[in-house]
Amino acid sequence: MNRDSEPRGLMLLSALVGLVLQVIPLPSLIAPVRPAFLILVVIYWSLMAPRAGGLTLAFISGLALDVFKGAVLGQYALTTSLVGYIAIRQHNLIRNKPPFEQMIFAGIVLFLWELLLLLIDGWAGQSVSGAMRWLHLPFSALSWFLVAGVLGRLHSSR
Amino acid sequence: MARFGIPAGRALPQRGPAPGFRFFLFALLSVLLMFLDRRGDWLERVRYGLQAAAYPLQLAVNSPSAAWRWTSSIFEARDKLQIENRALRTELRKLELATMRNAALERENAQLRGLKQALPPLTEKWLAGEVISVESSTLRQRLVINRGANHKVFKGQSVVASAGLLGQTLRVGPWSAEVILITDPEHAVPVQIVRNGLRTIAVGSGEADSISLPYLPIQSDVVVGDLLVTSGLGGVFPAGFPVATITEARRDTGSALAQVRAKPLAALDRDREVSFVWFKAAHTAAPATETPDPKAAASLGIAAQTAPPAPPPAVVAPVPAPATTAPARVDAPRTETR
Repeated sequence: MNRDSEPRGLMLLSALVGLVLQVIPLPSLIAPVRPAFLILVVIYWSLMAPRAGGLTLAFISGLALDVFKGAVLGQYALTTSLVGYIAIRQHNLIRNKPPFEQMIFAGIVLFLWELLLLLIDGWAGQSVSGAMRWLHLPFSALSWFLVAGVLGRLHSSR
Repeated sequence: MARFGIPAGRALPQRGPAPGFRFFLFALLSVLLMFLDRRGDWLERVRYGLQAAAYPLQLAVNSPSAAWRWTSSIFEARDKLQIENRALRTELRKLELATMRNAALERENAQLRGLKQALPPLTEKWLAGEVISVESSTLRQRLVINRGANHKVFKGQSVVASAGLLGQTLRVGPWSAEVILITDPEHAVPVQIVRNGLRTIAVGSGEADSISLPYLPIQSDVVVGDLLVTSGLGGVFPAGFPVATITEARRDTGSALAQVRAKPLAALDRDREVSFVWFKAAHTAAPATETPDPKAAASLGIAAQTAPPAPPPAVVAPVPAPATTAPARVDAPRTETR
């Protein structure tokens, strides 16, 4: 019942798995609907273990994403830190809500994440594609159940 | 009030700075990184380090598909390998014939150009590498290859696959290099139509199997099936490397430009192995020089029509005469876009 022992190892491991899932090459047909697993993992840990350095985890995860797919270095670092910050700030509010409301929260935060990415892409002079980049949002939000379920089980079984 | 959400017995020790402050620091750091990345060059070192740190991760990401290919290669049936072997042998013979003919053409060309002897080969050396990560979206078409600065790969180096041009290196880490494909929407390659020497620029479309030629006027002489080679302008790619074949040339009345699309010769989404190429800097066809390389075009003529034993000289000849092109080439792309 000692949930306060901060699961640093589990956090890192789950972030690594999330990163792999988010960058692993997929056929171009399903790649646009691939959920943003790493961001969901960041949201989960920011909500559930806000004192365990969730913001640092968010920043590092973002930096890792930058290396893999960032147009400018720091793009994902900034957006993912923002996600972590919002989640940490609201963790008291969201943590004990039913999973469905948590999913809505995750969806809203992911929308902001994507919006900020779009803005930075525009600033950096990246070609900005149309609707495709928003396509993953519903799938990401739905994946909240999966991510929260799996991580919650691992987390509490410790 | 905020205590409601916290499980009983859970203390709230404040550790380190408050999240707001930390977020501020991280945000500042990110914005700083972005600015430096856009402007300064010194962040290249940071990129280099990060690329090195990411390499094991990239390998890990790639491991499932690599493992799958490895296992399937182990269980590949013997007769399948034999079939492949036979096919490769036929291919080799075909290429040998082509090279034989190539040597003769080189000599002939040297005579035509009044040179005492044929030009030396353009490529100094090449290095094969394996694709370890693919990013294929409408925004970005990139590959990560398991060769980097430790193998002397440099930024802006030409990368080719078996059939044609693939792209160029964009970022180089110690053990890996990121390659921007010719189909990336941010990539443009100066090309030339082999048949008539028409020069233009091919821009990536974001799809793995097509590039577009947006700057061809409606009356330009381009037909489906034309072979595109690099023109050697732009200072990155050497002249005469096969790039793509024209698949669509539409002319809408009312538009001054033709809608032309081409299909890259290299299987950009399927090739697992690529080659980095080094060129002899002094060679006439090397990047940034302004004379086209007839020899490369000659080898192309053969590559383009593998089977026929004797390609008619007409196919090879139309590359503009070197003497006249030097001044004209500089503003060539501009004149063509008008």
